[in-house]
Amino acid sequence: MKYIVNEKGYYGEFGGAWIPEMMYTNIDELKHRYLKIIESEEFKNEFDHLLKDYVGRPSPLYFASRLSEHYGSKIYLKREDLNHTGSHKLNNTVGQILLAQKLGKTRVIAETGAGQHGVATATVCALKNIKCVVYMGALDVARQSPNVKKMKMLGAEVVPVHSGNKTLKDATNEAMRDWINNPEDTHYIIGSVVGPHPYPDMVARFQSVISEEIKWQLKEQTGSEFPARVLACVGGGSNAAGAFYHFLDDEQVELIGVEAAGKGVDTSETAATLTVGSPGILHAAKTMLMQNTDGQITEPYSISAGLDYPGIGPLHAHLFKSGRAKYLAATDEEVLYAALFLTQKEGIIPALESAHALAALDKIKMNPGDVNVINLSGSGNKDMETYLEYFGY
Amino acid sequence: MKNRINSLFESKKENILSVYFTAGFPNLNDTVEIIQQLEINGVDLIEIGMPFSDPTADGPTIQRSSEISLKNGMSLELLFEQLKNIRQTVKIPLILMGYLNPVYQFGVERFCEKCAEIGIDGTILPDLPLDEFEQYYKPVFEKHNLHNILLITPQTTESRIRQIDAASSVFIYMVSSSSTTGAGKKVEDFQRGYFERIQSMNLKNPRLIGFGISDGATFENACKYANGAIIGSAFVKAIDSEIKLEESVPGFIKNLLTTG
Repeated sequence: MKYIVNEKGYYGEFGGAWIPEMMYTNIDELKHRYLKIIESEEFKNEFDHLLKDYVGRPSPLYFASRLSEHYGSKIYLKREDLNHTGSHKLNNTVGQILLAQKLGKTRVIAETGAGQHGVATATVCALKNIKCVVYMGALDVARQSPNVKKMKMLGAEVVPVHSGNKTLKDATNEAMRDWINNPEDTHYIIGSVVGPHPYPDMVARFQSVISEEIKWQLKEQTGSEFPARVLACVGGGSNAAGAFYHFLDDEQVELIGVEAAGKGVDTSETAATLTVGSPGILHAAKTMLMQNTDGQITEPYSISAGLDYPGIGPLHAHLFKSGRAKYLAATDEEVLYAALFLTQKEGIIPALESAHALAALDKIKMNPGDVNVINLSGSGNKDMETYLEYFGY
Repeated sequence: MKNRINSLFESKKENILSVYFTAGFPNLNDTVEIIQQLEINGVDLIEIGMPFSDPTADGPTIQRSSEISLKNGMSLELLFEQLKNIRQTVKIPLILMGYLNPVYQFGVERFCEKCAEIGIDGTILPDLPLDEFEQYYKPVFEKHNLHNILLITPQTTESRIRQIDAASSVFIYMVSSSSTTGAGKKVEDFQRGYFERIQSMNLKNPRLIGFGISDGATFENACKYANGAIIGSAFVKAIDSEIKLEESVPGFIKNLLTTG
């Protein structure tokens, strides 16, 4: 596969493991063992079993007829919002908790933005009876309180992070510090395709079940496994990586990632990393970053806590640079209306994150015969307060 | 000119005191005075911290000093400007310590040129891994007579330590425990085994112990197992006060060197 990570952990010029020595032993162990573990029959059986009976996979590929009628093109929704815990995040945490067990780890840490990854991590930790600590920016703790309560009910300790902008980047810093301080017993479940190699590849592999299913579901429903295009929202980029993965080498399939423009890519309140960023090193990966000329990371902004990150997975930086995928950006306002539109056309309330992908439908040209797949990465349950306040219901 | 860190380790074999501070903290223009005060009061080696917005290997004290420094307006450009004439007054070796991204944006080659121009003797860039350093940057560091100091930790395997020793050109930074800076656990409580193990490896490089060294007692203990030690967070805390630097710096260093 052409766009897959190389043996040194790079996607083109991006990626690598720019880790302090304090993390070397853990990352080195992961790097040497992850493929052997996740490709073993025993692991695969366990993983597949949990995906089916616990997560509820395969998730439906739903032909959205009213949306299709409106846009004059065929639109399919990959319903990751119907997974247990309401998003694609569980695919990765199920994989990583099994891996943590194989590595003999007894404690798990995670960072979370919207709380979806935190809930997904707390869930598998409850399932496997493993101690769980979730770092979450203090601002996100305040704006995603139902997820905070869920994590606590699941038995996880939620640590609010007060540094920086008090969002996802800061939670990631604190989780990395925890790992440095607890190198022996702890596995760090990173929630996206970010961080040092092998995380971007490992998380992409766990999420690749999304595109694996899309292929056979499309074949079943349309006779061809190749859509015209696949659309997904991108923060760190895990749901997009999963939705793109098995199409990467099928160059006839257009891949479109949608970043959070926030209040606009020409304002300082944005999280559209590829649009406004430049190459640099953050969270142990070389990737595209939002930063100033002194190399200080700029605080991102988005209405959706899950996309509020100043970097992006190195795979996406490479797909962007090489032109294999196209990246657009949608503003908060466009996203809110796209969410409302889906709700009233199809009876599905999407997560704010996923609504970014929906908002892109207004920005691209689609032919009547085209099959367009949108990865509906999460449910809007966690965003009801935002929706209700904005639309005044 | 001979590298000053080499000269230091040739002339002094024990009780080497290295002090870290974050440039631009507590006030933007304190940098030069702190360096001068540290030299006057008997410090052997200084690590000048280049602040970064996301210091993932640092604890709360250095996180906070970095944040304040950046708010004060510190940047790498400005730091070099402040240090422009430092060699007119300061003779001891100076090291720049910080995260890679600001250096990367500045341009690694340009950064090394600037260091040589000013009289910086080395760097500590924790998130620049050994492989990447050797693959991309080693020649330019060597060209400018700059040592890049590498770290080892209690988890570092013996073969990795040997590799780091071979790649190190002047001394090894021994992280005392599995920790971010300023974790503040007592050194002697749990590191003796690690210190003795490293001591018995007969490494070619001398070693300084850092992280968790906060007072005379922890400094003296660390010096039993290495050529000296590094104080960071405790010093940053000590100068974070209303007291003038010309009083707070001597106060801290004297206390450290006399209460061991």
